[in-house]
Amino acid sequence: MTDLLRLATAGSVDDGKSTLVGRLLYDTKSVLADQLDAVHRASADRGLAGPDLSLLVDGLRSEREQGITIDVAYRYFATARRKFVLADTPGHVQYTRNTVTGASTAQLAILLVDARKGVVEQTRRHAAVLALLGVPRLVLAVNKIDLVGYDEQTFTVIAKEFTAHATALGYPERALLSVPLSALHGDNVVDRSANTPWWSGPTLLEHLETVPVKVDPHDAPFRFPVQYVIRPRTPEHPDYRGYAGQVAAGGVREGDEVTVWPGGQRTRVVGIDTPHGRLPEVRSGRSVTLLLADDLDITRGDLITAHTAPQLSDELSATLCWLAEKPLRPGARVLVKHGTRTVQAIVTELTARFDEQKLSTSDTPEQLGLNEIGRVRVRTAEPLPVDPYRLNRRTGSFLVIDAANGDTLAAGLVGAPLPVLDADDLVSPGP
Amino acid sequence: MTATQTTDALDHLEALESEAIHIFREVAGEFDRPVILFSGGKDSTVLVHLARKAFWPAPVPFPLLHVDTGHNFDEVLRFRDDLVERLGARLVVARVQDWIDDGRLTERPDNTRNPLQTVPLLDTISEHRFDAVFGGGRRDEERARAKERIFSLRNAFGQWDPRRQRPELWNLYNGRHRAGEHVRVFPLSNWTELDIWNYIAREDIALPSIYYAHEREVFRRDGMWLSSGPWGGPRDGEDVVTRTVRYRTVGDGSCTGAVESDAATIEQVIAEVAASRLTERGATRADDRLSEAAMEDRKREGYF
Repeated sequence: MTDLLRLATAGSVDDGKSTLVGRLLYDTKSVLADQLDAVHRASADRGLAGPDLSLLVDGLRSEREQGITIDVAYRYFATARRKFVLADTPGHVQYTRNTVTGASTAQLAILLVDARKGVVEQTRRHAAVLALLGVPRLVLAVNKIDLVGYDEQTFTVIAKEFTAHATALGYPERALLSVPLSALHGDNVVDRSANTPWWSGPTLLEHLETVPVKVDPHDAPFRFPVQYVIRPRTPEHPDYRGYAGQVAAGGVREGDEVTVWPGGQRTRVVGIDTPHGRLPEVRSGRSVTLLLADDLDITRGDLITAHTAPQLSDELSATLCWLAEKPLRPGARVLVKHGTRTVQAIVTELTARFDEQKLSTSDTPEQLGLNEIGRVRVRTAEPLPVDPYRLNRRTGSFLVIDAANGDTLAAGLVGAPLPVLDADDLVSPGP
Repeated sequence: MTATQTTDALDHLEALESEAIHIFREVAGEFDRPVILFSGGKDSTVLVHLARKAFWPAPVPFPLLHVDTGHNFDEVLRFRDDLVERLGARLVVARVQDWIDDGRLTERPDNTRNPLQTVPLLDTISEHRFDAVFGGGRRDEERARAKERIFSLRNAFGQWDPRRQRPELWNLYNGRHRAGEHVRVFPLSNWTELDIWNYIAREDIALPSIYYAHEREVFRRDGMWLSSGPWGGPRDGEDVVTRTVRYRTVGDGSCTGAVESDAATIEQVIAEVAASRLTERGATRADDRLSEAAMEDRKREGYF
């Protein structure tokens, strides 16, 4: 069985992110000859002495013209030990929303800093976003270490500052690693560098290949959002009625009692169906069709659960990562997409804005601007069965959508996924 | 809590399959008139296979759309018709020739029709009011494709604007669109060429025979082996020779090259792809060699 690690990169403009990704692909021999030829040609056209590895990933015309990354690029590479899906996300502040896209499914993130500049505003912002989204592990790549003369002291100071910031965001130290490297020259990316004899830690790739991958806990309660009702009404299957979906968390066995939300009806699983036959049980991640004992009115948007019940509420306390140019103000009418259900909603209150630089909150802000993170209260037209994001990424997350033009406005997380957001005074903002 | 500690973890291919099935069902649940782009190539054949699994035992609830350049390999057309019959699906064919005949399109001087597919595709989408269009595009194919979302909104002109893509969070896909707009959906986004072949082997999926090694009369042009057909044949100085070849991609016959290969079985193809030092598009597609941003430019105009 092949092990898979989903990772994302983040950093400021000019930290050398695309070069690092290009270097990873190049040094793991994941670049094919014609792609390399194209990079050599394009580099020569630009009058460069050597190949510019960032051209391997910056695929859009305007990205190459401006020498920056605008949008998330997905890369696939493999070593003998592991397969990797890498989301290369942009560094520019205005594209932080694309970092959120890349990070929402990542199991590990690589944050880059320029060794000459150290931890900067954008590093702290990205770390906060990654912590908020629950990316389980962070690596700080202290890049351009060659430009500070491979100085150990410089590295140690930066690593210390980063560790302090990340632990304040709630990361345990064992989830963090800083590595001194040069993407341009390849020091400590794949191959160990002779220029940093003081570094006894792993190279970046060694770490990526060996770091334990967090999988969903097997004892999580069963969660199954119904996507589609399968009713063939064919001569072979005149009465077949199955509920199609992907198991979002936990597992269920044939015969188990389940509850259907928002109605709260109880029934029993009589079959777990796939085109390859029935399964005795199914766990997180698999797409199946459930057959139930009773003839209930179940449609797309319902949630089938077992074990611990979700919280059913039309009044959500949530954290938003605001991704739109137009700011959010209290009273905004929006759509909320949770699992397979989309409902009308009103953001009734902004209770706090998070300052990701100082790691503090300010009470009842007037608005939430692009890339800002805040606590809100949301009233929904119908009750939603939710779990805290901290416990379940799937049933604890939702999209905020503009009802008029359909744009995605915010990433929504049920509850307060960051310790700093979890202060008691936020729960009930008194008069 | 009744948590039994069995290991039912998904392997790499099962995870990709489950993701694709989830995407198909999301579209079926949220759109009125989806359609699957189907060329008879390996990616769109895998796409149709996944659609069948997503809705089994019910039939696939969407029609197929083939944008026919008229420059087809006979084996591929026969394969297409057999598959459609077995599925009991409805097939919509948009013939580029019809657009040329009534003057809406003009034949290019090089006789290549791949770039001509965009207008018939967009016209057919609006004529049938398709609101979700499944494509077999993969992010590993090309740098511009690597930037595309799984749900990719197109404006009323079918255009892709890479600067205005929606954030795509977790696996919550936002398919909302206004009248006249549509969404391109790419269930195979996270698959690589090798994943496709390994899956074809695991699921025992039939493909057009030209994907496997066979003897063919070919001639050399731009470093590729091309074959003669309705699109033309060798020019002066291009000698026709017989070679054992196979196709890594299936596209318009005028610009899709064969590679020399003895890989006659799926296992041999997998071994060959794993060892290849060229990408499938680099090896076999003249249309992607036009410029550094050839694919991005075509996508902006509404191409697949």
